[in-house]
Amino acid sequence: MTRALAIIAAAAMILLFAALMIVVMPAIQLQATVKAPEGLEPYSEQAARGRDVYISLGCVYCHSQQPRDPSIGPDAQRGWGRASVPADYVYDSPHLLGSMRTGPDLFNIGVRQPSQDWHLTHLYNSRSVSPMSIMPSYPFLFEVKPEAEDGDVVVSLPPDYAVDGVLVAKQDALDLVQYLLELDRSYPVDVIPMAEEE
Amino acid sequence: MTSAIAFLLAATFVISVGGLALLVWALVNDQFTMGPKAARTIFGPGEVGKVEDPATPRLVKDRMQQERGAVEAPDAEQQEELELRAKADQSTRVPVTWWLASSLFWLLLGSVLGVIASIKMHAPEWLVSEAFLTFGRIRPAHLNVVAYGWSSMAGVGIGVWLIPRLFKVALQGGAYATAGAIIWNIGLAVGVWALLAGHSDGMEWLEFPWPVDILLVIGGALVALPLILSLLKRRVQHLYVSAWYLLAALIWFPMLFITANLPNLFGGVEQSMLNWWYAHNVLGLWMTPLGLAAAYYFIPKIVGAPIYSYSLSLIGFWALALFYSQVGLHHLIGGPIPTWAITISIVHSVMMVIPVVAVAINHHMTVAAHWRLLLYSPTLRFVVLGAVAYTLSSIQGSMQALRGVNTITHFTHYTVAHAHLGLYGFMSLVLFGSIYFVVPRLTGREWPYPKLIAAHFWLVFVGFAIYFIPLSIGGWLQGLAMLDATRPFMESVSLTMPYLTARSVGGTLMTLGHAIFALHAVLALVRGGPLRRDAALFRPVPATRVGEAGS
Repeated sequence: MTRALAIIAAAAMILLFAALMIVVMPAIQLQATVKAPEGLEPYSEQAARGRDVYISLGCVYCHSQQPRDPSIGPDAQRGWGRASVPADYVYDSPHLLGSMRTGPDLFNIGVRQPSQDWHLTHLYNSRSVSPMSIMPSYPFLFEVKPEAEDGDVVVSLPPDYAVDGVLVAKQDALDLVQYLLELDRSYPVDVIPMAEEE
Repeated sequence: MTSAIAFLLAATFVISVGGLALLVWALVNDQFTMGPKAARTIFGPGEVGKVEDPATPRLVKDRMQQERGAVEAPDAEQQEELELRAKADQSTRVPVTWWLASSLFWLLLGSVLGVIASIKMHAPEWLVSEAFLTFGRIRPAHLNVVAYGWSSMAGVGIGVWLIPRLFKVALQGGAYATAGAIIWNIGLAVGVWALLAGHSDGMEWLEFPWPVDILLVIGGALVALPLILSLLKRRVQHLYVSAWYLLAALIWFPMLFITANLPNLFGGVEQSMLNWWYAHNVLGLWMTPLGLAAAYYFIPKIVGAPIYSYSLSLIGFWALALFYSQVGLHHLIGGPIPTWAITISIVHSVMMVIPVVAVAINHHMTVAAHWRLLLYSPTLRFVVLGAVAYTLSSIQGSMQALRGVNTITHFTHYTVAHAHLGLYGFMSLVLFGSIYFVVPRLTGREWPYPKLIAAHFWLVFVGFAIYFIPLSIGGWLQGLAMLDATRPFMESVSLTMPYLTARSVGGTLMTLGHAIFALHAVLALVRGGPLRRDAALFRPVPATRVGEAGS
């Protein structure tokens, strides 16, 4: 080949075409058909802040948010919820679908673990409630005080993990837990029925 | 919606017919000069058959030549060509030194971050006191440093060095490339700080906040200028295959990077499609072209033989462009996006076998006839191993995109191992080899300590085997455990522990190899260490093999 401009132009056209095919076309289809389901509320202000903490601490590198259809895996049997649909994500930006399941899927963690207390203990040290867990501890989301003050949320700890004084959750921890509690897609949605296998 | 699809269909039709007409025109007018003559573009007159390694000194080079099969000594015209080339090589010294030296720094930082992240997987209580040390920040810092710091900067450095070799003209506007390196470095430094401080955009491969994106775009635009300026002054009619890859990468990276970083283009699941289209294409249409451009140049130059089948390289190039660009959505198999779009990506992943086999035949067949040179030349051994890893990781990638396989490997460490076979086994090894070739031609001196090259090679080779094999097995078992409803989820976590520990061991060996390599390279770049009278090869080339060796 002898013409640089031809190579560059053709290369650019091919990529443009690809982008139209697998990004723009599906996006047009989705934007035309997807509406927020009746059971889905936007995140509360506190949960939205908690979502930022989730992003900032990189939870997405170990936790997916996309339970799959029973024909693919036992996600529903593990209590991760029904298969998600595009409408479940209308309030999610940036998306947090995730690509790893070093830990379990969290798309319905608010249904599975509705207790703020459990989440705080788990964030402080996951092994205090789940001995085999390899999730990092997040001690910097908490502070140890001699005694609780007004409005403090005290974290309950098993004896092995007890601190000298009381363990109080910082605002970031409370926001993050609020986000996790609002991860609840247990409402019904319309799905296209799967084809029966012959 | 219907009108949009109708418009796109009509546009596709018009573009396809236009493309076909263009192709017919190009064939009629002999635009594809694809014969064996074109493959010789990178050789000087009468240079085919001559090895171009080691850089110095003459005696060892002559022995290396005998090892390959002797040819006549160069005449005056050839000698002049070689001197011109040495001058052209020198014209890249400042910018290439900047890009390569910077890449060495990011390689070391990225390796250390990678080892920390790896250890944290089996020692979750290690380094947890501060937010910036948490796994979820170290891991993206590792990825961005090795992708945009090490691989991109070293790849660009090698690309800039190749410009005079491909166009047979001294580098034009090298100062722009130097300025680009400085701005790119500033961008990366700010970006790494931002990620560790928690200011991430939240999407894999696109974590850097927008001010960093802008710096990278400016730095990238600056380093593109010398490529264009030198292209305009080129003294060759035919553009060699390496140049196609460089030119395409030049347009692909900004298109991908800018589109994917546009703020508020999409939210929700549409954004996940944009995200994975970018994340896979940045490998396929940015890293891969840089790596292949280097491999396509160094392999034939070192063995002194044109590429095995030059027409095949044309298929390899355009098939890569056509098929790779539609790949990416297979990262979302089983996810909440239109199945037809995922299927397009799966089909194209499998189609990738075509360019991969084309490239594999070209690379491996070119080396096969002269395999003995692998015993001596560090560049050849690194680059050829990298080319083998490219074949393996690409075939593995095609398999992994199939729904049956993907169901098991999705969301597991198997995918992480695969990513490292591509970006490390292929890209990094090719870059190591290229740097071993380029540095002596920048400084005019051999590498000071050949033993360090051997240490580097064996540490990263053994280290990567210990990294890749256990992690692939562990990831596969993890996937099987996750799919089995009768086993608790926690079993898929605990069974990976020995494999994750092995990964840390392998990663540590690789990092050790990188430390040796970086120190050695810095020493060579500042012209430190002893002035060698013999060449820096893996082993001395025997003096008398004339007659029996080579072809």
